[in-house]
Amino acid sequence: MADASSQIARTVPTRRPGRLSEFWRYFRENRGAVMGLYVFAVFAFVAVFADLIAPYDPTAQFRQHVLQPPFWQAGGSWQFPLGTDPLGRDMLSRLIHGARFSFFVGIVVVVVAATGGVIMGLLAGFAPKWLDTLIMRLMDIILAFPTLLLALVLVAILGPSLINAMIAIALVLQPHYVRLTRASVINERTKDYVTSAKVAGAGLPRLMFVTVLPNCLAPIIVQAALSFSTAILDAAALGFLGMGAQPPTPEWGTMLAEAREFILRAWWVVTFPGLAILVTVLAINLMGDGLRDALDPKLKRS
Amino acid sequence: MLRYILARLITFVPTFVGVTLISFAFIRVLPGDPIIVMAGERGMTQERYDELVQRFGFDQPLYLQFWDYLTGVVQGDLGRSFITNRPVWDEFFTLFPATLELSICAIIFATLIGLPAGVIAAVYRGKFFDRALMSTALVGYSMPIFWWALLLIIVFSGNLGWTPVSGRMSLMYFFDDVTGFMLIDSLLSGQAGAFTSAVQHLILPTIVLGTIPLAVIARQTRSAMLEVLSEDYIRTARAKGLRPARVNGLHALRNAMIPVVTVIGLSVGTLLAGAILTETIFSWPGIGKWMVDSIFRRDYPVVQGGLLLIALMVMIVNLTVDLLYGLINPKIRKR
Repeated sequence: MADASSQIARTVPTRRPGRLSEFWRYFRENRGAVMGLYVFAVFAFVAVFADLIAPYDPTAQFRQHVLQPPFWQAGGSWQFPLGTDPLGRDMLSRLIHGARFSFFVGIVVVVVAATGGVIMGLLAGFAPKWLDTLIMRLMDIILAFPTLLLALVLVAILGPSLINAMIAIALVLQPHYVRLTRASVINERTKDYVTSAKVAGAGLPRLMFVTVLPNCLAPIIVQAALSFSTAILDAAALGFLGMGAQPPTPEWGTMLAEAREFILRAWWVVTFPGLAILVTVLAINLMGDGLRDALDPKLKRS
Repeated sequence: MLRYILARLITFVPTFVGVTLISFAFIRVLPGDPIIVMAGERGMTQERYDELVQRFGFDQPLYLQFWDYLTGVVQGDLGRSFITNRPVWDEFFTLFPATLELSICAIIFATLIGLPAGVIAAVYRGKFFDRALMSTALVGYSMPIFWWALLLIIVFSGNLGWTPVSGRMSLMYFFDDVTGFMLIDSLLSGQAGAFTSAVQHLILPTIVLGTIPLAVIARQTRSAMLEVLSEDYIRTARAKGLRPARVNGLHALRNAMIPVVTVIGLSVGTLLAGAILTETIFSWPGIGKWMVDSIFRRDYPVVQGGLLLIALMVMIVNLTVDLLYGLINPKIRKR
C-alpha cells in the first residue's frame, strides 16, 4: 500500500508548464510582437515617470529659442535635442508628457469599454431572447455611425476636453466587446462544464463571471490590445480637430494641430508628434498580433 | 433566400428608428438650448425667442417632436440649416459627389495596390517579400492619417511643388456641374488642362484616404489566400501540372475574393470617418468637412441630419454587402 502511493507521488512531478509560461513560449516566437512589447514597455515607463525624465516643464516658454531646429541641424543645440515649437517650448519635454496623456487615454478607454462591453455581452448571452435582441440592436445602432464622427458629435455636445473625448471613444468602442463576449458566451453556454456547474447549483452571477467568463477571455484580451491603439489614434484625431485635449496640453494630436501652420517652415514640430503616435500605435498593434497568435490559435492568420 | 432577405430587412427597421432617435436625442435632450446658440452673441428678444420655439416645435412634448422628426425624415425633410437656411437634404446632396468621388478613387487605389500585394505576400509566404509587405501594411494600418497627410503635403506640395494643397480644382477653370464629379465634368467642359488640374488635386487626398483600407485589404487578401492555398483542389491543380501563375491567379484568388470583397464593402464606415480628417486637411468641399464645419458653427439641424444620413448610408451598404454575401455563401443564410 505504501509502495503504491509513493509510486504515484513519483509520477506527479512531470506536470504541464503553467499557463503563463506556455503563453510566453508562443508569444516569444513572434519577433515583431516581442519588439512591440519592448517599445510599449518604454512608452509606459516614459508615461509614468514623465515628470522625472523630461528636461523641462512642457509648458515653459523659452522666448529666445523660438522654432529652434533639432541638434543635428544648423542652428540646433543639445540644450533642446529635438528643437522647440513656435512658442519656444521644448519639443522633447512635450513629447514625453504627451506619452502620459496617450497612455492614460488608452488605459481609461480600454477599461471602461471592456468592463461595460463584457458585462453587457454576458447579459446578452445569458438573458432571455427579448433582452438579448434589445442589447444587440442597440449595439447595431451605435455601430452604424462611423466611430470618429460619433465621437466628434458627442464631444461637440459635451464640450471639447480630453475627458469627454475618452468617454465618447469608450462608448463608440464598446459594441465590439459586447459582440465578442456574447459570441463566445453562446459558444460556451452549451458545453458540459457549464451544465455541470448549473446542476451543482451555481447561481446566474456565478455561472456568468466565474464559470463562463474566464473561458471567453482570449478574444477579449486581443480586442483590448487593438482598442488601446484605436483609442490613442482617435483621441489624437479629436485633438487634431480641436475637439480633444485643449492647448497648451502637450497631447500629441493637439500638438500637431498647433503646428499645422508651420509645416513648411519647421518640419520638426510636425514630424515628431506624429512619429510618436505612429510608433506607439504600431508597437501596440504588433503586440496585439502576437497576443492573438499566442492566446487563440484558432484566430491565427498564418 | 427570400426568408434571409426578409429577416435582414426586418432588423433594418428598428435600427433605422434607433439611429434616427439617437440623432434626434443628441440635439434635443442634451443640455444647451439650440435657439440661444443660434442667436449667437447678439442675443434676441423674448418675442423672437417664443416665435422660434414655436416654429421648431420645441414647445411640444418630446415624443411628439420625435414623431414629427421621424415622419419628416421618411419624407426627406431634415430641416433647414441655421446658417444658410437651405434644406439639409439639398446641402448634403450638393456636397456628396465630392466625397463620393474621393472615396471611389481611394478604394480603387487601395484595391489596385492592396490586392496584388496580398497575393504576392501569400505566394512568397515567410520570405523576405512577405515580411516586407506585411510590415509595411501594419505601418499603414497604424498610421495617423492626419499626420500622414501633413507629411505628404510637406514633401509633394512644399518641397517638390507637384501638387496643390487644397480644393478640388484650380481657380483658372470654371464650368458647370453636370455630374458633380470633377474628373468627368472637367473632361466634359473641354477646357485644356482642367482634367489635369482635377487629377492633381485628387492625388494626395486619395493616397491619404486610401492608406488604411489599402493595409486592411492587403492583410485580408494574404490571409484569405493562405487559407485557400492549403485546400485540396489547389494541390490537385498543381498536380495536374498547371502553371503556378494560373493556379494562384485563377483557382486560388477567385475563391479568396469573397472575404476580400466583404472587407472592401464594409470599409465604407472607415472611409467616411477618414473623409472627415482628409477633407478637413485638404479643404475638400465634401460632407466630411461640412460636418466638421457645422459642428464648429453649432449648426444643429445640419449636424443632426448629416449624422443621420451618413449612418443610413453605412447601414444600407452593410445591408447590401450582407445580402450579397448570403447570395454567394449559402452557409451564412442559416444563421
